[in-house]
Amino acid sequence: MDMKVAKKKLGLKDKYKLMTRDLGWEPSYHSKDELYPYMNYEGIKIHDWDKWEDPFRLTMDAYWKYQAEKERKFYAIIDAHAQNNGHLNLTDARYLSALKIFLQAISPGEYAAHRGFARVGREFPGVGPQVACQMQAIDEIRHAQTQIHAMSNYNRYYNGFHAFADQRDRIWYTSVARSFFDDSMSAGPFEFMIAIGFSFEYVLTNLLFVPFMSGAAYNGDMATVTFGFSAQSDEARHMTLGLEVIKFILEQDPDNLPIVQNWIDKWFWRGFRVLGLVSTMMDYMLPKRVMSWREAWDIYGVENGGALFKDLARYGIKPPRGWDDAEKAIDHMSHQFMLGLYQWSFGTAFHSWIPSDADMDWLAGKYPHTFDKYYRPRWKHIKKLADAGTPFKNYGLARLCQTCQLPSVFTEPDDPTLTCHRETVYKGEKYQFCSDGCQHIFENEPEKYIQAWLPMPQLFQDPINGDLGEWMKWVSLLDGKDNGDYAGSEDQKNFEAWRGLATTNQ
Amino acid sequence: MQIDLRTVAIQPQRQAFDHLVRRFGDKAASRYQEGSYDIQAAENLHYRPTWDPDHQLYDASLTRIVMADWYALKDPRQFYYSTYTLTRARQQETAEANFSFVESRGLADMLSDELRAVALNVLVPLRHAAWGANQNNTTVCGYGYGAIFTQPCMYHAMDNLGIAQYLSRLGLLLGDTEALDAGKKAWLDDASWQPLRRYVEDCLACRDPFELFVAQNLALDGLLYPLVYERIVDQHLSAQGASAVAMLTQFMSDWFDETRKWVDAVIKVAAAESDANRAVLTEWTRQWSARAASAMVPVVELALGSGADEAVGEQLEAFRARVLKTGITL
Ligand SMILES: [Fe+2]
Ligand SMILES: [Fe+2]
Repeated sequence: MDMKVAKKKLGLKDKYKLMTRDLGWEPSYHSKDELYPYMNYEGIKIHDWDKWEDPFRLTMDAYWKYQAEKERKFYAIIDAHAQNNGHLNLTDARYLSALKIFLQAISPGEYAAHRGFARVGREFPGVGPQVACQMQAIDEIRHAQTQIHAMSNYNRYYNGFHAFADQRDRIWYTSVARSFFDDSMSAGPFEFMIAIGFSFEYVLTNLLFVPFMSGAAYNGDMATVTFGFSAQSDEARHMTLGLEVIKFILEQDPDNLPIVQNWIDKWFWRGFRVLGLVSTMMDYMLPKRVMSWREAWDIYGVENGGALFKDLARYGIKPPRGWDDAEKAIDHMSHQFMLGLYQWSFGTAFHSWIPSDADMDWLAGKYPHTFDKYYRPRWKHIKKLADAGTPFKNYGLARLCQTCQLPSVFTEPDDPTLTCHRETVYKGEKYQFCSDGCQHIFENEPEKYIQAWLPMPQLFQDPINGDLGEWMKWVSLLDGKDNGDYAGSEDQKNFEAWRGLATTNQ
Repeated sequence: MQIDLRTVAIQPQRQAFDHLVRRFGDKAASRYQEGSYDIQAAENLHYRPTWDPDHQLYDASLTRIVMADWYALKDPRQFYYSTYTLTRARQQETAEANFSFVESRGLADMLSDELRAVALNVLVPLRHAAWGANQNNTTVCGYGYGAIFTQPCMYHAMDNLGIAQYLSRLGLLLGDTEALDAGKKAWLDDASWQPLRRYVEDCLACRDPFELFVAQNLALDGLLYPLVYERIVDQHLSAQGASAVAMLTQFMSDWFDETRKWVDAVIKVAAAESDANRAVLTEWTRQWSARAASAMVPVVELALGSGADEAVGEQLEAFRARVLKTGITL
């Protein structure tokens, strides 16, 4: 070789290629099928992994550098927040219910995504998608950890956070999110990518994160704002990955279209049900509101989602099958869900409450066709009972949907006075559903969904045997501290007392 | 909203999350503890994987190693995402400085043809081995049990990728794209590389996450890194005036020194758990390290010629002494 080699000028794309996909090779001591065994059983046909377009180009040295800068900033702010009693900047401690739900139900989903992406980051036989998925795998453990760390200080002062790890596995409402992520991970690698990479990260994530982070900012929660902002550039990468995956699969073979369409239908509806929690947070749990769930849906669902599906129409993709039913549910779901949470609040590790008159006026303004007609009367009735000292509690067991695991509190798409309820008999057993969407998902894969762990039947098994106190112990719920109405709670009393100390000269 | 708060001392209601209080007592928890212990779902997993219906979504029985508590496999570095990235960011700064030092002074051009050839022949094909290591550690992260064990494997996998990329840059710097092409050809066809490639492909076929951890991180890397980066690069090449190469591989040397402490800690705790574990670990370590040693001989020959056998033999002795400290007698 010459002493002075004239170096070729490599473009960014070629250079990245040498740093990633050129590292791979065709195995010869084992067959490809043996090393990548899960590539065929879902029926997806990939002819040429080289056609994969890298959604972003980031070598590890650059990754470490950028991420470390973000980490430094994040922990500096979190530390200051903890030191200066930043929690007393909250508009009101009732806001924390939203965070408690987040830590119990959503942060575990970040961890699940971490493991799921590690699995697909191994299983795809193409270096390009492998590296992109692995980077998401490591990002997702970052999200789980920054969230736990951001909320750790709230746990020191407020109830409801302390048992998030126990409640992730045992309490009834977290199984909505848990079953969602378990469902995606137990699916094959391609479906996982459509479920989490595309449907969740691309279609639904804005509906979760934008309202959540603006809600945090409006309500003085700097800890949450900080982890939200810090995750933003990661999310941008995840979204481009999700979009590349779906385009790549569809471009590889026309036979992939019906399979992908079916997954989009399924995961849109699965995701939409999980977002029921977000609707309630936006309309009810923020002391100072950002926008209504309806307004968020119009922007991030209708506008953004509409543009996306228009773009995908050239591949033959149609908007998800449950789209119209979703639209019909928007003006009802947050109210139906909050009413449900209130009546079962003895069994939740967060507080709920009866909205004030001012809150109800706000809701009436945002939901002119539904709130005064259907929901104000019910809240008024509940308020009357509470004022009379006989608060409304539903000790009857919620009937949970076999698919999404939400209690059946939702109404028929075309009749808001009638609770929606579907049933399927499979192998002699009866299964219940909250909607056509969930019934349809079950009927496509009954052998999967009959395995679902349903938290309600657990109540009657060992060690609980129908005893509410035993159940509370089992889910690490402290009665009178973590649960019930916010009015009169320890969180309320403490927050007001501490804030009084900090803002007056007592 | 930012209100003016007087600094007040208020009494915390509790020190830490319940699951950490149960493990470590009623005291404040570290960020490593908060970000690692019990964060993998453990109960009431909803559905069995459609790709492996005989197992649970997270299933400790995927490996022959049995632990009463998988969270005993603590990482002595206590790496969680933040401490991991901050550490690597510092190291990549050094690596970057080293690369630009070598480039800006034209040190690469001053290498003799012979030494340059040795460096390229030995180091460039290893970028493929590092990519194999990346996939193997990704497997362990994906299918291993318990966040405390799987988390560092993801970091390790990304490190393996970073190393593959540093080796690619080294190849480009010393021999341009032709060097990468030649290295890949050697990896695929040259007799010297076939035992190692077979070893890596056999690892890729292994689906016991703990066995894979032993085969890749303990047995193979435990021989490959000291042989290649200490003996060949730092000693053999540097002694002949090619210390520029050592600057380009400093990351790998530092990385091996750091990560072996974690690997040893994991093996030590798993072996101490039971005689059965110790027996399985001994069997795996014996088999895989014997194979790794013979796979390394023709690779080391590329640099040390007839001295390869002796070098590998000595390294195997050192390896025996190392694993003895973790409770494994070979
Ligand atoms: Fe995330
Ligand atoms: Fe449902």
